[in-house]
Amino acid sequence: MATLARLQARSLTVGNEYYFRNSVVDPFRNKENDAAVKIQSWFRGCQVRAYIRHLHRIVTIIQKWWRGFLGRKQYQLTVQVAYYTMMMNLYNAMAVRIQRRWRGYRVRKYLFNYYYLKEYLRVVSETNDAIRKALEEFAEMKEREEKKANLEREEKKRDYQARKMHYLLSTKQIPGIYNSPFRKEPDPWELQLQKAKPLTHQRPKVKQKYSTSLTDWLACTSARSFPRSEILPPINRKKCQGPFRDITEVLEQRYKPLEPTLRVAEPIDELKLAREDLRRKEWLRNVNDNMFLPFSSYHKNEKYIPSMHLSSKYSPISHKEQFRSEDPKKWICDKDFQTVLPSFELFSKYGKLYSKAGQIV
Amino acid sequence: MSQRQVLQVFEQYQKARTQFVQMVAELATRPQNIETLQNAGVMSLLRPLLLDVVPTIQQTAALALGRLANYNDDLAEAVVKGDILPQLVYSLAEQNRFYKKAAAFVLRAVGKHSPQLAQAIVDCGALDTLVICLEDFDPGVKEAAAWALGYIARHNAELSQAVVDAGAVPLLVLCIQEPEIALKRIAASALSDIAKHSPELAQTVVDAGAVAHLAQMILNPDAKLKHQVLSALSQVAKHSVDLAEMVVEAEIFPVVLTCLKDKDEYVKKNACTLIREIAKHTPELSQLVVNAGGAAAVIDCIGSCKGNTRLPGIMMLGYVAAHSENLAMAVIISKGVPQLSVCLSEEPEDHIKAAAAWALGQIGRHTPEHARAVAVTNTLPVLLSLYMSTESSEDLQVKSKKAIKNILQKCTYLPALEPFLYDAPPNILKHVVGQFSKVLPHDSKARRLFVTSGGLKKVQEIKAEPGSLLQDYINSINNCYPEEIVRYYSPGYSDTLLQRVDSYQPLIN
Repeated sequence: MATLARLQARSLTVGNEYYFRNSVVDPFRNKENDAAVKIQSWFRGCQVRAYIRHLHRIVTIIQKWWRGFLGRKQYQLTVQVAYYTMMMNLYNAMAVRIQRRWRGYRVRKYLFNYYYLKEYLRVVSETNDAIRKALEEFAEMKEREEKKANLEREEKKRDYQARKMHYLLSTKQIPGIYNSPFRKEPDPWELQLQKAKPLTHQRPKVKQKYSTSLTDWLACTSARSFPRSEILPPINRKKCQGPFRDITEVLEQRYKPLEPTLRVAEPIDELKLAREDLRRKEWLRNVNDNMFLPFSSYHKNEKYIPSMHLSSKYSPISHKEQFRSEDPKKWICDKDFQTVLPSFELFSKYGKLYSKAGQIV
Repeated sequence: MSQRQVLQVFEQYQKARTQFVQMVAELATRPQNIETLQNAGVMSLLRPLLLDVVPTIQQTAALALGRLANYNDDLAEAVVKGDILPQLVYSLAEQNRFYKKAAAFVLRAVGKHSPQLAQAIVDCGALDTLVICLEDFDPGVKEAAAWALGYIARHNAELSQAVVDAGAVPLLVLCIQEPEIALKRIAASALSDIAKHSPELAQTVVDAGAVAHLAQMILNPDAKLKHQVLSALSQVAKHSVDLAEMVVEAEIFPVVLTCLKDKDEYVKKNACTLIREIAKHTPELSQLVVNAGGAAAVIDCIGSCKGNTRLPGIMMLGYVAAHSENLAMAVIISKGVPQLSVCLSEEPEDHIKAAAAWALGQIGRHTPEHARAVAVTNTLPVLLSLYMSTESSEDLQVKSKKAIKNILQKCTYLPALEPFLYDAPPNILKHVVGQFSKVLPHDSKARRLFVTSGGLKKVQEIKAEPGSLLQDYINSINNCYPEEIVRYYSPGYSDTLLQRVDSYQPLIN
């Protein structure tokens, strides 16, 4: 019972004390709780972090290995590609070298010989110069000839004038007009007049339109039974005396056609003319003027002079495209090459020169 | 007594007739009298006189008729309508040489005016008699007959064929060999007129062996004869390769080149024509001509002539250069290009300029070397001005445009191209800019020159539609230069700079 009383006496204070203790201790408890929580959380955090760190390390190792693996795989591919590219570049470069050499060779050998072209152009320009010079000389020669002809014509005219004025020459008694005594020396015309031969009286020139040779006269007398005067003679003339022959007989006799002897009928130099004629015909007909001579002795002296185009050391392209050697034993396979490329147009002209005279098979 | 009086009447009448016909013949020589004579009805009066008894009257009447018909085609038609031709043809066979000459003169005078009149002559059977006249001894008769045949054959191919069918060609070839120069001339002219129409006729002339004789006559000093002979040879050679080869085989080179130095203009022209007809067929024939030095001779000939005589020479150079680039190079080294550009600028006539432009285009179109050779002589601006000028004919414009295009597509000589940037029309500008875009990426000196000469500035100013070829070219040119320089030269750069100045906020410290 004492305890009960004691407890009952305390119970009043127990409440207070209990409340007091709880409330006083609360902040401490919170504080301590917080502290404990903090410590625990910190520790747990450390634990977790250590665990995570551990995991990280492991994962890093795994990833490292995995990435290494992938990288190495990639590297293999890259290396392969790079190698492939390098080899292809090398092959391309080598192929370009081969193609370059081949194309250069082919163009130089079969299509276009640069040195031959150069040589050809040089020869053409030389020929041009030679022709120009020759033509100049020809023109000059023509000019000179024309001048000479002009001079000669002038000379002839002056001579003719002098001959016409021959009467103006001075005589012993009277000095002529070109030989005036007040002059120091006579005029050049005076000398010309002295040299000139006087003209004879002009014969009445029968105006003939056509050349008169014997044959012409023969041919046309048949049509000329009447005289060629325009006006007939007047009928009312003084009558002539005496018995007259019949007018037709007279005219017949007067206008009898010429009956030449055989000697006169042909021209004198007929044989010579005939020979000239024959020679001319032969010259027209023959292609080559040289006589045909036996082959053995005549052409030994003649040296063949090649033309400018052939005597250069660069020749035009030989028109046989030989990709293969001609000896069949050297061929690797028996079949012939297939023509994949079209043939050069140049070769279709082989053998067909500009003239049909040289038909080469 | 009465007999004499009767005879006197006849003699007076004969005197009157002779006088009349001689006066008419003399009056007919002057053109102003012919109208009056025609109005007076001279034709009907002359016709019966052709049948006169006295040969002199016949001949003089024929001569008078010929002179009248020669004057114009109305009178010639009157001759045909008056049925005079059959009588003439009939007496042509029988009479003496003076009458034959006069009658052949009448036929020639009638036949020269038109194909219908010539056909009328053929229809009345004159060809056979004319061919018989060609066999006559007298060279004057042969000449008159050959002249008549030549004038008939001149008009068209059927008449030529009729002349050939009458068998005239071998006789004409014989006439060529006669010693008289006038006869040779006329015979050569007749052969030329026959051969010009068609290849078959030319082949007939060649088969008669005319080419060898014609080729020999080139050496003759007479200018008119040379003129006709060269014309005949060129008419033969123009039709086909075989005929040209046959002419060449008659060994006319290099003799023909001496004709190019002749004083007479027509001889030079015909010689150039002959060389042109030979060179135009194949490259081998052109090469033959060039090897014989023909190019240089023709170029000199062009230099010494003026006007229409130059035209065949210019065309010959064009044909030669057109065949292949080696031949074009040969023309260039024979100094053809300066001569052609002189022709282009000097000549007043459009068709000669067109020919020169075409020839230059043919020379320059092969490779850059050729284009350079043409561009160096400063012909491109001339060609451009001809293309742009409104006074040039259609033909000239078309030809100069083609020539410019052909040369520009190969030209890499930039100093000659630069003037084109400034004054060329858009369709040509495209090509010019294209050429620049091809050359500039590879040549640094050219790039520098392009900038300093103001070309880049001009290129920026060109307006082009985006996506067009011109824009592509301009872009590729711009890609050759750094960005700043392109912007510097683009139009309106100063404005953009000023705008930037306006909008700039100055830094205030």
